Amino acid sequence: MEYTDKVMEHFMNPRNIGEMENPDGVGKVGNPSCGDIMELFIRVEDDRVTEASFRTFGCGAAIATSSIITEMVKGKTLQQALEITNMQVAEQLGGLPDTKLHCSNLAADALKEAIEDYRRKQDDPNAE
Amino acid sequence: MRRIYLDHSATTPVHPRVASVVNRYMLADYGNASSVHSFGEAARKALIRAREQVAGLIGAEDREEIIFTSGGTESDNLAIKGAAWYNRKKGKHIVTSAGEHHAVLHACKALKRHGFRITEVGVDSEGRVDPDEVADAIEDDTILVTIMMANNEVGTVQPVAEIAEIARRHEVLFHTDAVQAVGQLDVNVSELGVDMLSISGHKIYGPKGVGALYLRKGTRIRSQQHGGHHERNMRAGTENVAGIAGLGEACALAEEELKFRRSHMIRLRDRLLDGLQESIEGLHINGSRDERLPNNANVSIAGVEGEAMLLGLNAEGIAASSGSACTSETLEASHVLSAMGMKPELAHASVRLTFGRENTEEDVDYVLQVFPGIVSRLRSMSPLDY
Repeated sequence: MEYTDKVMEHFMNPRNIGEMENPDGVGKVGNPSCGDIMELFIRVEDDRVTEASFRTFGCGAAIATSSIITEMVKGKTLQQALEITNMQVAEQLGGLPDTKLHCSNLAADALKEAIEDYRRKQDDPNAE
Repeated sequence: MRRIYLDHSATTPVHPRVASVVNRYMLADYGNASSVHSFGEAARKALIRAREQVAGLIGAEDREEIIFTSGGTESDNLAIKGAAWYNRKKGKHIVTSAGEHHAVLHACKALKRHGFRITEVGVDSEGRVDPDEVADAIEDDTILVTIMMANNEVGTVQPVAEIAEIARRHEVLFHTDAVQAVGQLDVNVSELGVDMLSISGHKIYGPKGVGALYLRKGTRIRSQQHGGHHERNMRAGTENVAGIAGLGEACALAEEELKFRRSHMIRLRDRLLDGLQESIEGLHINGSRDERLPNNANVSIAGVEGEAMLLGLNAEGIAASSGSACTSETLEASHVLSAMGMKPELAHASVRLTFGRENTEEDVDYVLQVFPGIVSRLRSMSPLDY
């Protein structure tokens, strides 16, 4: 597998791993049959993402994309965060192998889910 | 950094003795075996010697029963398509198993487009084919049964002699892909009762790009490649003399070392499997513990994806492989593990470590020293339970 140094660096030293206590939003994407499961947790203050963490079962690309998006999203407004695409995540890592671009490149999807989850909870504070 | 190669089922290093033989037929005795002159004579002699060495290793009665090919995949294709086309007026049905190598499964699939019917018998949770199921699958117009001798992924050894006997009773040809078994197990074509058997050079410390098909005397198949009269009209094309000489030498070496290789690799394999089971919770040994290739250790580690483990191992200098979708171009989990009924999250969590003659107990201990740490690091970021 031809991974860039940046991918390997994030794979070997992933940032912000683990479940967040009382997160404001949680996004879950992937499924066991495709071999990737990604959980992204965000904390939101004044419409900005102040913190993000992840838990991922998946290949090197899945772990590296999860790791780097937790850094990319920090400090962004929710609108800016929603504009992050999977392709941008891959670009930040210096690219991904072709076969990985469409299977393990799910971090932006997980982020969107997390933001939607946050907004759902805002609309209905009793919702779990 | 320490580098340990534990992927011998993918390929093996060429043995120095083999390399020097290959070298000779590339640099000095480089003639075409069809030529009249002394250069051709040297090449012809090399082919005869190699044929005898291959025949010797697998107990073939006559060296003329050996057809040289470009490798295991070509041998499988020649056996299956060759038997199918030759016998197509007798019948158009072939029996194989769900755990076969793609060289077999995809050759069968190609025949399906030409009106042949393929029955894939299943495998049990250890990857084993039930001979009774093969017997039940044989129909009036079955012309070929093809079941591998040992599985390349999980190492399960199939009851090939028993299945060959069933095929013979039904007067159906029997082929076995013995690419992984040769050089590790006793492979004797007479005792096994097989009509055709595939061999690969690079799995037994020989060169890549060369293999052989054993074709029992009297067994008729149709050639799949047309041109000159090479290999008794069964495989046209100027013989890969250097590669073939190397394959022959590799077979001679395998015969000399068979007992040592088997006991050496079983010791390493069991030391690894026992050690991993002790040190890693939620570890599942894939395949049969008893009916297993000496060099094969295949485990699934709950909650950790296979490719991630390979990268972690590689960072510690250890070369292994996985049945995870992420390591295949098709993005599907191993068809063998799936056929064994394994849940996808465990199939994606598989790692295969395959030993070779040059591995040592220190290699195993090094793996046991670093592997649990890799697993716990990856588990710390996994959302799956184990």
